[in-house]
Amino acid sequence: MEKIVLPDIPNLNQIEVYLASGGFEPAKKAFAKTPDEIIDEVKKSGLRGRGGAAFSAGLKWSFMPKTTDKPKYLAINGDESEPGSFKDRQIFEDNPFQLIEGAIITCYAIGAKTAYLYIRGEYHKWVKIMEKAVAEAYDRGFLGGKMKETFGTEFSCELYVHKGAGAYICGEESSLMNSIEGLRGYPRIKPPFPAQRGLWGNPTTINNVETITNVPAIIKNGWEWFSSIGAPKHPGTILFGISGHVNKPGVYELPSGILLTELIYDVAGGVTGNKKIKCVIPGGSSMPPLRGDQLEGVRMDAESLKEAGSAIGTGGVMVMDEDTNLLKVLLRIAHFYHHESCGQCTPCREGTGWMEKTLHRIDEGHGTSQDLDLLINVANNIEGNTICALGDAAAWPVKFMIARFRDEFEKYVRKDISIPVLNKVHSMRSTAVPLADLRK
Amino acid sequence: MEFKFTEDNLARIEAARKKYPTALAAVMDTVYIAQEQNGYISNEVMEELANVLGIDKVNVLSVVTFYTMYHTKPMGKYHIQVCTNVSCMLRGAYELWDGVKEKLGLDHMKVSPDSRFSLEEVECMGACGYAPMIAVNEDYYENLNKEKVFEILDSLK
Ligand SMILES: Cc1cc2nc3c(=O)[nH]c(=O)nc-3n(C[C@H](O)[C@H](O)[C@H](O)COP(=O)(O)O)c2cc1C
Ligand code: SF4
Ligand code: FES
Repeated sequence: MEKIVLPDIPNLNQIEVYLASGGFEPAKKAFAKTPDEIIDEVKKSGLRGRGGAAFSAGLKWSFMPKTTDKPKYLAINGDESEPGSFKDRQIFEDNPFQLIEGAIITCYAIGAKTAYLYIRGEYHKWVKIMEKAVAEAYDRGFLGGKMKETFGTEFSCELYVHKGAGAYICGEESSLMNSIEGLRGYPRIKPPFPAQRGLWGNPTTINNVETITNVPAIIKNGWEWFSSIGAPKHPGTILFGISGHVNKPGVYELPSGILLTELIYDVAGGVTGNKKIKCVIPGGSSMPPLRGDQLEGVRMDAESLKEAGSAIGTGGVMVMDEDTNLLKVLLRIAHFYHHESCGQCTPCREGTGWMEKTLHRIDEGHGTSQDLDLLINVANNIEGNTICALGDAAAWPVKFMIARFRDEFEKYVRKDISIPVLNKVHSMRSTAVPLADLRK
Repeated sequence: MEFKFTEDNLARIEAARKKYPTALAAVMDTVYIAQEQNGYISNEVMEELANVLGIDKVNVLSVVTFYTMYHTKPMGKYHIQVCTNVSCMLRGAYELWDGVKEKLGLDHMKVSPDSRFSLEEVECMGACGYAPMIAVNEDYYENLNKEKVFEILDSLK
């Protein structure tokens, strides 16, 4: 199987090797076409975002205004903080120049003169790798003013690395833009959408690292080629990061639409200790968990997973064996979202705290069956009622884990007590002092 | 205590400043540079940082208090971060966490009296396939167990 994002070429992360394998030829090819032709090609290829929502990349690019005096921007999302996701770092490490080339072609297509590559702060090592790669690309004239000579085109663009500093919420696209602007990572209310008002109020496109890294290959081989790989409605390869109770965890590039069972049993070497599977979260911890007996026939693409009652998310597959205590898992997940809630919306700020508290109480042995209904109720009240999708991301695991494993959760609660639920918990994001207080 | 950036760091801040159309956007890079030089972000550091960038101090404070990797108090020479999120937890992260807590005699966000170690329980670090993991300052250590972690801790002088 041909790999698109992480080809099996040794030392591809060195610019000489990248060039020898045809690197920066796609960019040359792109500059011979019009930006609209590039957008059209990517649209027809069927490339969908790899950052979580699986939105058509070409369609997103077409939302950028064509006639505007304002500067346009590209922001590349390498925040990679969704629990269970560890694939973008493999691109930084193994194929940084294809990411850079993808950024160049995307900038040309959407008319952006500046791109920011946002990398989470904990990825210090990979920030250094990308800074070095970007500097080399500048030296060779693949970025910046020298592009005009190198490529014989009027177009040029800049690419800068922006290092985050520890906040899951900054992966949300509007929060990411605030973070680039030097503000707290608070998500913005939409509309206006980034293509209208993004970075510094200017038209902006945000795409995931893996999405952008696919672009040079599409330009090189054409949309027909790309669209024929994997699942027709969600074509291409996907970097699956598989973790938890499997024998060979890691990042694997495979055609979309591969069977989940094949991924677990063949690719990742099966379940540790040959145990049965109790639960799989197929796309990072925000996505609805599946039961072990729900996995047969499930394919790893956006449409199939939707049908199966979950979502592709970031392609981060977390496998839990039959001995896993799902209450502890759900409590850990609930703690995460409570900690990471930015606190702007009441349902998310209070609801995530409430869910954690309630799960904690169950874990301490003081839970009741009503608590389980209450948890689902709280989750339903968060979902759809918040500024950003972190609210949904917090609600889904709780709601679906309890609904799908009700029998197991009933075992953790007591039948003999019934007490009212504690409420009024505030965000545990201990660093989040309200701005109003700071001004005093 | 008064704080002044070194000449080298002023040059780095100048370079960071050039990446963005506004001075404010360089604040995150600059806080990192300040933290590297001073170890943590004190009031004086924030004031000087605001001066150097020509921005309001409230903007510096706002960022410093939002992002978890900026520290407003001194941390240990070795800042030990243990991920206990789901993928790590499934592979024994809480054993590591309890073991490290006991060995260092520290709890979450505490610093040892000799300032050698500080400890933090962290959220997913993007190393889920190589779990469990810890980070020491900026370096990742992966595919661990309690013995290996103790070896790492023992090697830190
Ligand atoms: C709470 C939250 C966290 C997110 N984290 C990330 C992330 O770390 N990386 C990412 O690419 N997208 C993340 N997203 C999705 C982005 O908002 C955005 O949809 C994506 O970067 C768009 O790129 P794509 O269309 O190429 O997928 C997150 C969304 C939410 C709501
Ligand atoms: S949903 Fe949560 S994280 Fe998103 S803006 Fe509202 S409070 Fe912040
Ligand atoms: S869960 Fe520990 S690194 Fe992702």
